[in-house]
Amino acid sequence: MDIPFTVEPRKDTGLFNAKVGIWLFLASEVMLFGALFSTYILLRVGAAPGDWPHGLLNIPLGMLNTIVLIVSSITVVMAWASLKMNNFARFRKFQAVTLMCSIAFLCIKSYEYHDKFTHYEVQLNDGKVLDGHMTESDAEKFEIHGHYVDKAEAAKVTHAWQEREVKEDHYTVKRSDVKYMESYGPWHNTYTAIYFTLTGLHALHVIGGALVIFMLWGPLAGMWKTDPERYTNRIEISGLFWHFVDLVWIFLFPVLYLL
Amino acid sequence: MSTQATSHAPAHAGAHDDHHEELGFLRKYIFSTDHKIIGIQYGITSLLFLFFGFGLMMMMRWSIAHPGTPIPLVGHLLEKMLGDTAAKGVMSPDLYNAFGAMHGTIMVFLGIVPLAFAAFGNYVVPLQIGAPDMAFPRINMASYQVYVIGGVVMLVSFFIPGGAAQAGWTSYSPLATAIASNGQTYWLIGMIFLITSSLLGAVNFLATIIQLRAPGMTWMRLPFFVWAQFVTGFLLLLAFPPLEAAGIMQLMDKVAHTSFFLPTGLAVSSLGHISGGGSPLLWQHLFWFLAHPEVYVLILPAMGIVTEILANNARKPIWGYKSLVYSILVLGFMSFIVWAHHMYLTGMGSRISTFFQTTTMIISIPSVIILTCLFLSLWGGSMRFNTPMLFVLAFLPMFGIGGLTGLPLGFNFSDLHLHDTYYVIAHFHYIVAPGTIFALFAGIYYWFPKATGRFMSEFWGKVHFVCSLVFMNAIFQPMFAQGMAGMLRRMGDGGINYAASTTGLANGLSDANIHMNQWVSIAAWCLGLSQIPFIINFFWSINHGKPVTNDNPWDATTLEWQTPTPPPHGNFTKALVVYRGPYEYSVPGAKKDFTPQNEP
Amino acid sequence: MSQNDHSHGSPAAASGGHDDHDIRAHIRGYMIVFAALIIGTFMTVWVSYIHFESVAVTVAIALLIASVKGFLVAAYFMHLISEKKMIYSIMAATVFFFIGLMGLTVWSMNAGSIIHIK
Repeated sequence: MDIPFTVEPRKDTGLFNAKVGIWLFLASEVMLFGALFSTYILLRVGAAPGDWPHGLLNIPLGMLNTIVLIVSSITVVMAWASLKMNNFARFRKFQAVTLMCSIAFLCIKSYEYHDKFTHYEVQLNDGKVLDGHMTESDAEKFEIHGHYVDKAEAAKVTHAWQEREVKEDHYTVKRSDVKYMESYGPWHNTYTAIYFTLTGLHALHVIGGALVIFMLWGPLAGMWKTDPERYTNRIEISGLFWHFVDLVWIFLFPVLYLL
Repeated sequence: MSTQATSHAPAHAGAHDDHHEELGFLRKYIFSTDHKIIGIQYGITSLLFLFFGFGLMMMMRWSIAHPGTPIPLVGHLLEKMLGDTAAKGVMSPDLYNAFGAMHGTIMVFLGIVPLAFAAFGNYVVPLQIGAPDMAFPRINMASYQVYVIGGVVMLVSFFIPGGAAQAGWTSYSPLATAIASNGQTYWLIGMIFLITSSLLGAVNFLATIIQLRAPGMTWMRLPFFVWAQFVTGFLLLLAFPPLEAAGIMQLMDKVAHTSFFLPTGLAVSSLGHISGGGSPLLWQHLFWFLAHPEVYVLILPAMGIVTEILANNARKPIWGYKSLVYSILVLGFMSFIVWAHHMYLTGMGSRISTFFQTTTMIISIPSVIILTCLFLSLWGGSMRFNTPMLFVLAFLPMFGIGGLTGLPLGFNFSDLHLHDTYYVIAHFHYIVAPGTIFALFAGIYYWFPKATGRFMSEFWGKVHFVCSLVFMNAIFQPMFAQGMAGMLRRMGDGGINYAASTTGLANGLSDANIHMNQWVSIAAWCLGLSQIPFIINFFWSINHGKPVTNDNPWDATTLEWQTPTPPPHGNFTKALVVYRGPYEYSVPGAKKDFTPQNEP
Repeated sequence: MSQNDHSHGSPAAASGGHDDHDIRAHIRGYMIVFAALIIGTFMTVWVSYIHFESVAVTVAIALLIASVKGFLVAAYFMHLISEKKMIYSIMAATVFFFIGLMGLTVWSMNAGSIIHIK
């Protein structure tokens, strides 16, 4: 006996198997990201005043990434609709745009990550703290484009929208003057920790979703000829996953970048 | 449909193009997508892990009973394999902690859940609902393979420098992060694989039960075992992801030096420079959000197995089928909102403790309803006392003891005294050992004839039963008393150092309390010996057990007995329609004392 | 089912759902949602630069806009608004447990500063 309802829906549920499967899986993903969002709330509420940084992320880039994902969401549903209307060529074009959007998203994210890893907090032997991006470095010294940190001033910033007049300048630092330095990686504070974890896990989902969409678009597209309904269903399932990835980002963006 | 050994002629081979070729050995037995093979794979693997976890405990019991002395028989082997931590064959405190943490982890995640949910579920559920296989056979195969990888990672961790994880199966931060070795990292990676395997399995089970029920198999005609697996699937689906998230975060703490669970002001040399600002309590919340539903994952499939076997051997319908179904749904729902009763001592405050205490008390109601329905089902039954039934009958009072002893733990005020004592160990082992494991043994003896066409030996089955029952009680019953008298958990020396304390509140432990350790340990080793007849019986009976005379040797009503023995690929050789409920035993006026579900 | 039957069949006809006309109507809907999402994105950023006195209001507005956008994606792009009861029930239960996880954990670990539960 073949497994029933792989393509045609079952009468009482009105669904085909893979659709039930993907929604169940998305339910588990809601709980996964939900736990991480809960963590964000707890870490932020529990942070001592002044310890939770603001304005660390580039808002225009974040907004651009949001728009990129929204565009990919419309193209992925249009790709499916094209198949429903029997237009394979249209489907290929839309899905190609989806894939390009996913690559664009990952490139922008990589640039943002790189920006964090080149941003340093340098604690000097004389007690001063320098904060900024490393522009040049060699064995004995390096250059920081940033500012000296005043803890009292920093503690006054409690919301992202507070503007601070911060003068940035170039400073040369001798390595022998450095007591301790670290970049703004996940270890830097709990904000960067949850930022990298949330966006990293999200990026892994972007990669996974894009891989599946690519495989269906490219190597496995032959199924359109042999079993078009099943193929269309697979495109719908992969689209549902992709929309979920977009949905998570719709919440990630304001929470991490704007609040 | 007659239950004689009719020839179930295979349907047209030509219609199934993909099954036309005979599969090679690898595709048929190792990389199989057939739910029955996968079920057996899960079964054998999980039994191996169960015995491994049991072995860890037998060594731990030596350290508890005779601390500081070399372990007989295996002590020098341990030293050879693990080095300094077992110097001269003596279990060091670190090794005790590692064995303790891994005993819990292996028994729960590599033993019971794969056996109860994945093994029995995979084999029986598609058959009981009248389906040809699971909804997603290849995902099924993947879930088994990922489980094996997770298990290998866990086993390998014993042999790395510093050994396996040592912070309990609960892995509380900051201890879990602060211990300098990499055992915890392996544990976390292993857990990520195991959780992934569980999630894939849960999706498969739920989609299968929702979509692949045969015509006429309505929700209220499902065998209770299927309902149990259905609710278990939802628990795994929704409760595991927060632990996966927590696991990722603890892994980041270990490997990327983040401070998700590390508070400000912690100065531990092994941690180096950390940012602080994290919360150890957060780990506990996320861990217990999974771990509480997890204990229901451990018991629900067992309740399902017990129901099937009980009805069959009492030759009576189950009393209160509807009550059972509604109770198990409520139980599953409530299990998500009771978790912080594991955290009464963390200073949450009385308002929050009251909330969780209330939900915990409420959740005991459906449990009692289920147990009551099962007890009532025995009344007026025409009992057959075969091996499966003996295990099932013992399950009822044993689970009753386990459940009732949970009440003082569920109340905040009494838990203050009992938390982290041996009382807790006794409570949960009563539920899992003479509870769940007895149900799983029953299931093995019961479904063995369907899978192999032979019975396991009744005589050795009864020996296995009597010895296991006696020794399980001998191990865990004294622990209630030990715990109430103040013996704490996780003491590798059996409490002798604690007992020596005469100052302050510790008050020491009585000699009788300490001395009891020796008897409990002897009972544990005897329990281990009692499993030998079972192991031999299991393997010997595959080829030499008494053959069945027909496809339905237990005269059962459910659909898995309406297939050839063993069921072929695709399970049912004729189209199936279900006309009846699952427990039509002794129906007045019927020809036989049972009527199969697919009989019009 | 033999594999040869479907080489000419339209997937729209066979799957017992949308036909050609329905799809075109849906496409209009998709475009409207797309426009709404883009506008919503600009709004989110614009609103974030407005200085509200209360932090609670700032957070509430940001989450409100995000929820509306999320609802649009789920309801229209993911077709949840016309989905079957089975899917609804699964997602409703999930949302309930998600709120339970977040709510109870935050309540239990009440840091006392921003979140006040009476």
